[in-house]
Amino acid sequence: MQDYLLYIVIAALLMAGLLIWLLLSRKKRKRADTIPKSGKTNTQSVNLKERLVKTKNGLLGQIAELLQLRGKIDEELLEDLEEALIKADVGVETSGDIIDKLRLRIREEKITETVEIQRTITGIIKDMMLADYAGKEPGLKELNSKPLVILFTGVNGVGKTTTIGKLAKRYVDTGKSVLLIAADTFRAAAIDQLAIWAERAGADISRQNQGADPSSVVFDGLKKALNSNVDIVLIDTAGRQHTKINLMNELNKIDRTIKKVIPDAPHESLLVVDATTGQNALMQAEMFGKATNLSGVVLTKLDGTAKGGIVVGIKHQLDVPVKLIGVGESTADLRDFSVDEFLKAIFD
Amino acid sequence: MFNSLQERFDGIFRKLKGKGKLNDDNIKEAMREIRRALLEADVNFKIVKNFVDQVSEKAVGQEVMKSLTPGHQVVKIVHEQLIQLMGSQNFKLNFNDNRTNKIMMVGLQGSGKTTTSAKLASLGRKKFKNISPMLVACDVYRPAAIEQLTVLGKQLDIPTFTINTKNVVKIAKKALKEAESENKNLLIFDTAGRLHIDQVLMKELRDLKQTIQPDYIFFVADAMTGQDAVNVAREFNDQLEFDGVILTKMDSDARGGAALSIKAVTGKPVVFLGAGEKISDLEEFHPKRMADRILGMGDVLTLIEKAETAIDEEEALKLAEKMKKNQFNLTDFLNQLAQIKKMGPLDQLMGMLPGMNNNAMKNVKVDDKEMARIEAIILSMTPRERDKPALINGKRRLRIAQGSGSSVQQVNRLLKQFEQMKIMMKKFNNPKFMKSGMLPF
Repeated sequence: MQDYLLYIVIAALLMAGLLIWLLLSRKKRKRADTIPKSGKTNTQSVNLKERLVKTKNGLLGQIAELLQLRGKIDEELLEDLEEALIKADVGVETSGDIIDKLRLRIREEKITETVEIQRTITGIIKDMMLADYAGKEPGLKELNSKPLVILFTGVNGVGKTTTIGKLAKRYVDTGKSVLLIAADTFRAAAIDQLAIWAERAGADISRQNQGADPSSVVFDGLKKALNSNVDIVLIDTAGRQHTKINLMNELNKIDRTIKKVIPDAPHESLLVVDATTGQNALMQAEMFGKATNLSGVVLTKLDGTAKGGIVVGIKHQLDVPVKLIGVGESTADLRDFSVDEFLKAIFD
Repeated sequence: MFNSLQERFDGIFRKLKGKGKLNDDNIKEAMREIRRALLEADVNFKIVKNFVDQVSEKAVGQEVMKSLTPGHQVVKIVHEQLIQLMGSQNFKLNFNDNRTNKIMMVGLQGSGKTTTSAKLASLGRKKFKNISPMLVACDVYRPAAIEQLTVLGKQLDIPTFTINTKNVVKIAKKALKEAESENKNLLIFDTAGRLHIDQVLMKELRDLKQTIQPDYIFFVADAMTGQDAVNVAREFNDQLEFDGVILTKMDSDARGGAALSIKAVTGKPVVFLGAGEKISDLEEFHPKRMADRILGMGDVLTLIEKAETAIDEEEALKLAEKMKKNQFNLTDFLNQLAQIKKMGPLDQLMGMLPGMNNNAMKNVKVDDKEMARIEAIILSMTPRERDKPALINGKRRLRIAQGSGSSVQQVNRLLKQFEQMKIMMKKFNNPKFMKSGMLPF
């Protein structure tokens, strides 16, 4: 902690130097830095644009085509596969690992058929995604003791509140009683948004005013849950950048508060990740995992063109599995994660 | 912002610069690393390929090989290519005082349209004298989106136009009328987030565009977007012909590859960067400065602009004079901290300083709360103590520590570092030092 001091002093010092420099060179700079005004820019990069037009065929179609053309499996084919993985946001490192494993298997098993390649590479990724789960998707924990507490975290705008609303509906539909805790006391109207969802889903909501201390909201909410004997508690937290230390500390405090009321809670701590997110999601999972021990990922907005490949990296590098996916706006569009469907989406 | 990309480039170039001569292998290796760095920053795959091809084509040319400083030549090429990728011209907002100016915000869900709308309204009012903004809530789908905009508007003292209907065209028409009767000459239309492949909702935007005839359409994109960023941007551009891109959430450690990709795919420039939840945090995008930042050259120009808006000139002059004469005391330091605070979060400012992203600084997360602690310590001193820190003996230290809720060690540390700071300030006053690379001009 103490080291901050040093750097603040350094920063102040540099700022001081800058000030002097600014005053000395002000006139000079003003002449040099006249910013040209620009009108609307025309599309100059037509070529690139054309080249970027999405291929009609899925990757497997392309592989088949390539194989027909060349009649053999070679490095170029492997590179194309790696490209597909990177384009799906699987990430350079994890893609590299997958392709290395594939290369090894091709050599060892003397694979020559496209169908075989397809089966092998999906098998490799499947093993990666389901490692430690005996080849089955882990899914959300079942209710052992009342209430089952699920904490939702994530950066801004990934769909935490919406996911909670949908999940609440799902639980209510199966006859469970659900309490939502509105611990996003920061974003304007976040509490109202959750309240609307609570009403739609037929769930109860525990809330305070905007600006209230989120830990205190959580504390009161959990007390209420214990008193009213509800089955499921879903906690909504404010979206926060994982780089903001204060906010991550705040989250850690929420986590500790939960444990104070219910020692073995939260039973699930879910990081909500937007499928369009790129490599940054890895950092998110790492930092959120430090503040609250993550038990899973919810991958939202899979109904767009993004593939959400980053979850492969999150499982492979940080060992946090995907538990739920969001594929649309309606409540029925929150589903349990299925690795086969996911792989189909990546390669098609 | 861009920090990790910057670190990667730093490492790659240090290796290159260390070599007296470059051969094909050196360059090939460097290009492989650049490719990886860009891919990990979420720059689009095709664009990375193109970028690397172009750089290596230029780098293996005779001039670079023959040059005495081939490593620097490669950096220069990368720098030029980066600027070209992001567009070499700066975008300028222009408003006409005599009629209603209209801006339409579009983008995916959760990209930050509502917050950015408010930021933009605030920026318009601040930067243009006769501009009076009004927010128009056209997000009729997300629960509580309209409330969110209204609350933000209230915080800024900017009116928000809402009517209870699901028909956005109707909302827009009424808003335009209202603007005329209320003398508002800047309307910002916040639309609902939608998927680029949702034909029905995309048509709604086209209809809205038809009705509003906006001066600008801005596509709001999350800086953390991965490879799909270009697909989304292209589709929105094909359907709506937007004018520019606003990248949000730049205060995260996102490597912002989208900034490098979107311009190349759509031909439309990135115009603003949104960083932080504070309303003031909308920053103009300058391709050259951004290239500087990515390549670890700092972004002193933006820093200076921030300084100019936040710092009182007279005060600054006085301060500079004091530093020159080495009369800088703790009261001045306190003032300086207050001014720095006005300029924005510390970690953002530090990112703009050249050389601030080397390995030593890598793991340092600066917390603005620490600044409050320093202030508390100084404020617990008497004016005389602030003037002459030498006065502060053990007893006084204890009192100061207790008064500020910190430990004696923290007080000691502050005093020691303040002394070191003064020594370094002397060096700053030496013009030779200023030229020797502290600042890269």
